[in-house]
Amino acid sequence: MPSGAYAGPAAEAERAGRVRALAQPHVAERGGLLPALHAVQDALGFVADADVAVLAEAFNLSRAEVHGVVTYYHHFRRQPAGRRVLQLCRAEACQACGGDELAAAAERALGCAPGQTRADGAATLEAVYCLGLCASAPAARLDGRLHARLTPERLQALLAAPGGRP
Amino acid sequence: MSRITVSIPRDSAARALGADDTAAALVVEAARRGLAIDVRRTSSRGLFWLEPLLEVHTPAGRLAYGPVQAADVPALLDAGALQGAPHALGHGRVELIPFLARQRREVFARAGLTDPLSLADHEAHGGWAGLRAALAMDGADVVEQVLASGLRGRGGAAFPAGIKWRTVRGAAGARKHVVCNADEGDSGTFSDRMLMEGDPYALLEGMAIAGLAVGAAEGWIYVRSEYPDALAVLQEAIARATAAGWLGDSVAGSGRAFHVHLRQAAGSYVCGEETALLESLEGRRGIVRAKPPLPAVAGLFGEPTLVHNVITLASVPAVLAQGAAAHAALGTGRSRGTLPFQLAGNIRHGGLVELPFGHTLRELVFDFGGGTRSGRPVKAIQVGGPLGSYVAERHWDVPLDYEAYTAIGATVGHGGIVVHDDTARMDRLARYAMAFCAAESCGKCTPCRIGSTRGVEVIDRLVAGENRPQQLQLLRDLCDTMTHGSLCPMGGMTPNPVLSALEQHPGDFGLPAT
Repeated sequence: MPSGAYAGPAAEAERAGRVRALAQPHVAERGGLLPALHAVQDALGFVADADVAVLAEAFNLSRAEVHGVVTYYHHFRRQPAGRRVLQLCRAEACQACGGDELAAAAERALGCAPGQTRADGAATLEAVYCLGLCASAPAARLDGRLHARLTPERLQALLAAPGGRP
Repeated sequence: MSRITVSIPRDSAARALGADDTAAALVVEAARRGLAIDVRRTSSRGLFWLEPLLEVHTPAGRLAYGPVQAADVPALLDAGALQGAPHALGHGRVELIPFLARQRREVFARAGLTDPLSLADHEAHGGWAGLRAALAMDGADVVEQVLASGLRGRGGAAFPAGIKWRTVRGAAGARKHVVCNADEGDSGTFSDRMLMEGDPYALLEGMAIAGLAVGAAEGWIYVRSEYPDALAVLQEAIARATAAGWLGDSVAGSGRAFHVHLRQAAGSYVCGEETALLESLEGRRGIVRAKPPLPAVAGLFGEPTLVHNVITLASVPAVLAQGAAAHAALGTGRSRGTLPFQLAGNIRHGGLVELPFGHTLRELVFDFGGGTRSGRPVKAIQVGGPLGSYVAERHWDVPLDYEAYTAIGATVGHGGIVVHDDTARMDRLARYAMAFCAAESCGKCTPCRIGSTRGVEVIDRLVAGENRPQQLQLLRDLCDTMTHGSLCPMGGMTPNPVLSALEQHPGDFGLPAT
C-alpha cells in the first residue's frame, strides 16, 4: 500500500499523536506554525490532510488558516515523495547552461513529469528555483545531495549510482 | 618530515562539484605515500570554475590547484603537488590569480582563509573587533557611524542603512527586533549563501551590533529552505557564539542581551520582500503588507523591526572596526563601499567578484568572467536577479552604481549577473519572467496576481503572430499597469526583464528589428 493511503484508525491515531508531539515545542513559540510544519514534514515526510486538523487544534487556529499556510508554501508536500527525489533548478542561470536539455533528460530517465511522483512511488521530479550554485550551472539536488555543472550524461551516471535507477 | 597543510572549501558549491570526494581521496593517497597532511575545510574563495580548489600551504605561500576531482589526486601527488611542484591544474599563488588579485575583498575578507565555525579563526582574522568597538560606544554614536559610512541596503532596494537604524532606535516599543533577510531567491545570486556558510560569525556580529545600537534584544535569521547547508552552519555558529558569550543574556559581558533565532523559510520567492517575510516569520502565509506602517515602526509582531539583507549586516562589523570613513572612501557617487557581484549563468569564470561600486558590466563579464562558458557570443546579460533588466550592450560601460543604473532603467539589485549566449531565446525568457511572477505572486494585489497570467498569454499570442500590433500594445499597457499599480517589487519589477528583452531582441518575438 502506498504510504499516503488511509491505513486504518489505529495508524491514524498514532500519526495524530506524533504530529501533536512534533508541534508541541513550537506552540508557545511566537510564529511557531512554520517551525511546526517543518518538524512534521522532516519527521513524517509530508503534511497530510489529517495533520492539518491536529495542528489547528494545537495552535488554536481554524483548519482553514492552517490549510492556507500549508498550501501557500512550495516546500511543504501534501503527499509522500518518491524513494528518489530529484530537484532540478529551472531558474535563469541554469537555463543559460543547458537546463532545458537536462530537464528533458531527467524526465526521460525518471519516467515522470516535473512536479510529479511516479505511480509506483519510485521517484519524484521537482523544479526548484535556485539552489545558489549559479556560477556552476546547471545544478540539482538528488536525494539531498547537491550536484553542479551537470550534463545529461552525468545525471544518468548519478541516477545509475547507489540508490539505483527507479 | 613536516606535516603539510592543504585547504579545501566546505562551501556547498565546492561540495556540489566534488570537494568531499577530493578531500577523502587526498587523505587516502597521502597516507599511501607516507605523507603527513592536515586537510582543513575552509570557506570558498568564490572562484567556482576552479572548484574543487586545493590550496597547499608552502613556505612560498598558498599554491592553488583546481579543479581537482578525486580521480586527479593520485597523479597530482605523484607530480609533487604537496611539495608545491608545478602541474597542469596548478595556478601558482592563489592571491595572485588575476580574478582574485584584482578584487577588493572587504565583506569577503576572510573567504578561503578560515574554518567557518572556528571562533579562534574568526578572532585571528579581525573578528569581533567591530562588536568590541560598538560596545565601547553609545548606541546613538553607532547609528551615526553607520549613517556616515554611506552603507545602503544590499538586498536590492539600496535604502540608506543608517536612516533605518535611526528610525528603529527612535521608535517607541518595549521590544524590538533585528531581522536578517536570508531568503536569497534571485537566480544568479549566491553571496548570501557563501557568507552564511563561510563566515557566519560576521553575520552574527553585524546583527549583535545592530541590536545593541537600536535597542533590540531579539534577532531573527530567515533562511531559505533551499539552503540546508547554510542553515546547519548558522545553527552551530549561533550555539557556539552563545556558549562563548558573544550572544545571549550578556553580550561580551556587557550586561545587554541579544538572542538570535534561526528560522527556515519554505520556498516562497515573495518572502524575500520584507513585509511578506515578516508575515512568514509570524507563522502565516507570506502575503505582502501595505506600507505604511514601515517595519521600522511596526514590523515583526507589530513591534519596531530593523530588516536587513545578509550582506548589509555582514558589512557592519568592518564599518565599526575600521571607521565610517574607510567604508565611505570606497565607491562612487552615493554608492559607497563594495558590492560582492556574482558572475553566473553561461560564463567562463563564474564566481564572486567583490569590487567597489563604479566598475562596469563589461569589466565584470569579460575581464573577470572571460566571456561565455560556451565560447559563443554574449546575447543578453541580466543584472539584479529575475526582476532586473537585461542590460543592453550600449550600457555595458555604464558604472555599476545604484543611481547610474536607475538612470538607464536597470537595477544593480543584489549584484547578480546572469549571462546568456546567442542560443538564448529572449521571448522564452520574457515569458518565463511572467510565468515565474504568476507562480510566485502572493496574490494580494491585482496587477501582479492577474497581470502576470495575462502577460504569459499575451506573449504567447505575440510570438504566435496573432494580431501583433495589438498584442504589442496590450503587453506594453499591461507592463505599465504592473509597474505602477503593484504593491511590491514582485509585480512592479517583472516588466523589467520583459520589456528589456523585447526592446533589445524584437526579432525573437517575431517583430521586425527596430
